[in-house]
Amino acid sequence: MLILMTQLDTGFGVWDPLVWLAALAVAIILGFIIRSFGVKDYKKGTDQTLPFLSGDKQENVEYIHIRASNLYWGYLDALKGYYSRLIPLHTGIVTDYLLWLFGTMAAAMIIGLLA
Amino acid sequence: MNLDSLVKHSPALVVALPLLLAFSTPLWSRFNKQLRNIWVVAGMCMTTLLGLFMAYNVLRYGPITYVFGASDPTQTIPHDSGGIPIRIIFNVDAMSAFMVIIIAIVGLATTIYARPSELRRKGLNSFYALLMLLIAGVLGLVCTGDLFNMFVFFEISSLAGAALVAYRIDKGIAVEAGLKYALISTVGGLFFLIAVALLYGQYGSLNIAVIAKMMQFTRLDRFALVFITVPLAMKAGAVPMHMWTPDAYSRAPSSITAFLVVSSQASLYALFRILFTLYNVTLDCRTFGWIIIILGVLSMFIGVTMALPQKTVKRLMAYHAISQTGYMLLGVGVGLATLCDQDKGGAFDVCGRTAMVGGVFHIINHAMYKGLLFLTAGAVIHRTGVRNLEELGGLGHSMKLTMVFFIIGALSIAGIPPFNGFASKILIYESVFMFSPYLAIIAILVSILTLASFVKVFHSMFMGPKLPKFAEVKDAPTPMMFGMGLLAVMIVIGGLFPTIVTENIVEPAVTALTNQSAYIRTIFILP
Repeated sequence: MLILMTQLDTGFGVWDPLVWLAALAVAIILGFIIRSFGVKDYKKGTDQTLPFLSGDKQENVEYIHIRASNLYWGYLDALKGYYSRLIPLHTGIVTDYLLWLFGTMAAAMIIGLLA
Repeated sequence: MNLDSLVKHSPALVVALPLLLAFSTPLWSRFNKQLRNIWVVAGMCMTTLLGLFMAYNVLRYGPITYVFGASDPTQTIPHDSGGIPIRIIFNVDAMSAFMVIIIAIVGLATTIYARPSELRRKGLNSFYALLMLLIAGVLGLVCTGDLFNMFVFFEISSLAGAALVAYRIDKGIAVEAGLKYALISTVGGLFFLIAVALLYGQYGSLNIAVIAKMMQFTRLDRFALVFITVPLAMKAGAVPMHMWTPDAYSRAPSSITAFLVVSSQASLYALFRILFTLYNVTLDCRTFGWIIIILGVLSMFIGVTMALPQKTVKRLMAYHAISQTGYMLLGVGVGLATLCDQDKGGAFDVCGRTAMVGGVFHIINHAMYKGLLFLTAGAVIHRTGVRNLEELGGLGHSMKLTMVFFIIGALSIAGIPPFNGFASKILIYESVFMFSPYLAIIAILVSILTLASFVKVFHSMFMGPKLPKFAEVKDAPTPMMFGMGLLAVMIVIGGLFPTIVTENIVEPAVTALTNQSAYIRTIFILP
């Protein structure tokens, strides 16, 4: 009964989260087994557990934390043509927002009347 | 008052109770502020229980109608009215019940969450009064069967929402955001009213069932359709009318933002009610279905691509709310596009109905995980005082439980199993693929970008070394944890047992939405 409650009939197949969780559990167990073959003789609180910064000493914690703008800079740079057109459309001016509303309404009306 | 009486009067009580709370809250605070807080939370618990009780009865026994001003609230047509309903009628069918469940759960979570998050602020009387008014407005919007009444509740929820957006003032920035929200909503409401006037002028009634019965889809009806649906799509945050959403969502208190998401979904409900119940197959399903699909695809893609470069956490999440609204529009749009082909083996049978189930299922899932994400963002802002992702970091060391809730919300919004977001998205992907593979590919791509965006947020907020400026930061207070926990539990349950939600709540809602004649029969009941 519990199993039937978890199965979702998508109309084209079946999705069962319990099966997925079972597969995930197997993957986690395998991961732990592989991890258990690893080196165990490190000492917590020593240099062994500090982050490796190409041999440099960790000076400033604030400095080494990677900030949000550093993530996906490559993606944003690659799509700068798209963003240079999209972002300026978001002017922040409320009358522009209303123009978008009226424009959409006009377009919908034309399509609706022609249909 | 016995149980039958409670069921009979529940549509009115479910709106009356938060209204009573709204107007009585400032009175209680004259005695004791703690008493006011207890009054608000207890009242909201009662509203939630009543809403869930009403929804249970509707889903189990059928629609409930409530006629205001009649000696018998179930007598929809007075004997001397000439056979038409003349009073304001609340018509709570399975789709309305579905929305009431969402409003009840999220309303309770946000009310409990709001207490510590606004503790240091002044003007809490107004805050709670406006929150209750917002909840009453949204509940009335989803229960009413009268177009003008729908407009009234639309305005109540818009104005209360705008005032709450402006609540924190924030050196005028929040006030500007509130003003934008108010102006946009009011202009949209005016067009809605013009449409109601057009329909009333033609059919002589404001009741949705009556107009649906007489609908001829004349040229004026087309104007009315555009005047109603475009503003409602704007209130739901559909592209290209979405720009108010990040401004309002980012400046409102986080508990309010979580509920504004529900308010936007109530507008989406109204949109679907107009399209499916009021117009149904009289309109050109394919054309208008494709208009909704295009709005959905634009919302999905532009919402997620605008989210990625954002630097403030709540603006980023607001763009994701727009993106997820696109999924709902896509699913229901495919349902509308195939609605005219309802024969056995027809397009609606093959993929339209499943797409609608996915789209409607996504509404409840989105309310839960988006609400949770905004509440976690609010918890972080509450403890650190920082909303910029550039300045945050290392909070995973001190805000462990908040981080866990964030992970649940983030994986759910990205459509990662076994959470509820995946369950509704797979329904949408598979059915939309049958309709048009390109649309499904766009939907999957948007999910990937959503995951990428939340990996960015997760890393920026929680990963990394513990920063000295956040050394004293502790995890969120207990009431906030309760609010977040409630939504997290709903996400996990919805993900592990999707069939419980789809079979008992979503499928009846979709059936109610697409079965126009059943809706009409609830009003024109034969003795």
